[in-house]
Amino acid sequence: MIGIVNYGAGNIFSLTAALQRIGVEYGMINQVTDFDQYDRIIIPGVGHAGAAMKKLRETGLVEDILKLEKPVLGICVGMQLLTACSEEGNVELLDIFPLKTLHFDERIQLKVPHMGWNSVRAENDCPLFQDVPDNTYFYFVHSYFIEYSKQYTGAVCEYGLRYSAAIQKNNFYGVQFHPEKSGKCGETLLLNFSKI
Amino acid sequence: MLAKRIIPCLDVKDGRTVKGVNFVDLRDAGDPVELAWQYSEQGADELVFLDITATHERRKTTIDLVKAVARQINIPFTIGGGINEMADAEVLLNAGADKISINSAAVRNPELINQLADAFGTQFVVVAVDTRLIEGMNYVHLRGGRDKTDIETEHWIKEAENRGAGEILLTSMDHDGTKNGFDISLLKKINDQIRIPLIASGGAGNQQHFADVFQHSNVDAALAASVFHYGEIRIPELKETLKNQGIAVR
Repeated sequence: MIGIVNYGAGNIFSLTAALQRIGVEYGMINQVTDFDQYDRIIIPGVGHAGAAMKKLRETGLVEDILKLEKPVLGICVGMQLLTACSEEGNVELLDIFPLKTLHFDERIQLKVPHMGWNSVRAENDCPLFQDVPDNTYFYFVHSYFIEYSKQYTGAVCEYGLRYSAAIQKNNFYGVQFHPEKSGKCGETLLLNFSKI
Repeated sequence: MLAKRIIPCLDVKDGRTVKGVNFVDLRDAGDPVELAWQYSEQGADELVFLDITATHERRKTTIDLVKAVARQINIPFTIGGGINEMADAEVLLNAGADKISINSAAVRNPELINQLADAFGTQFVVVAVDTRLIEGMNYVHLRGGRDKTDIETEHWIKEAENRGAGEILLTSMDHDGTKNGFDISLLKKINDQIRIPLIASGGAGNQQHFADVFQHSNVDAALAASVFHYGEIRIPELKETLKNQGIAVR
């Protein structure tokens, strides 16, 4: 059963609806004792990374998230929170991945946000992408990205530059796109996470 | 590569789809959820629901619709029509809408764009603009193109971007319903001046019109209603046509 960290950063209706569609049970994590009920954890998030980090700290869950040994999946801003820092609000984040979250603005000539369907290619045998063909399209909406790292990338995407569309380190995973909005392949990815 | 998006638009009144639909395999052509599901199965990249309900009951039926769509459809969708204040937007967000589209309310109260973007993020705020050419100038129009304003379209779109719009949906009322193609020269002019995504609307009549608008104006997405509803253009064939002309599609 999946526990969703409920810290008030964005709406989670679409995520819970997607889990229902694929028949995966879930519940909410509001306090530290809730972690024990679940065998894997999702950290969702939309909006401002600095504001999201502040809300997450206010829940008092941060220390326990860092200690988790169960599979953890960060989605969108929830993934960015796993990195060391973000240019959005110039904040320090959870630092589970020694990577930076950077702004597209000055680095590319294309439109910002990066919005719409873009193709993704898995790397390092990332288990999230099992049965997902290379260059499958996923739905993205973001203005900040996680720098590419050969070691930690789970999948790459190109938008004016090459960056990590998915990351992985031990039991921690993150995806920049929205699997809950990415058609059947997005649902496959969530199902893969539920089986890791 | 980022794909160009194809967006069917569904007009909804009292929770039911209006405008005729011509899908042979639909059990209930008036059910927006079933129609939405059909479009997502066909490969639509996103959906727009335009709520044209005028009664007091609108809020409840619309919210029920948004919830039903969010539960069953696995692609993003926007809901527009009748959103006048923050509270209207917030209930739609909580019901599962990915984006809202505001039109007249933003013209009457431009500060609403800032407020929505600050509260819910720019990605949530689509500013829809209806434009009409009058004596060589494009002006913003309200009420489906009936009421002219004195606001220049280009100027308004740049203002909306600066205030925090995440995307612009631009409908040329001169082209809408003609099936003679999109207003490429206006769309190109606007697209070259903004750094947020632009959705072209108004004038789609055949597959080549979509290819032309992507190739010549480089807009991010193209929206249409009747050509899809009446089955005149089928999305899988449209995508194939675009792909054959070197346009990135999903």
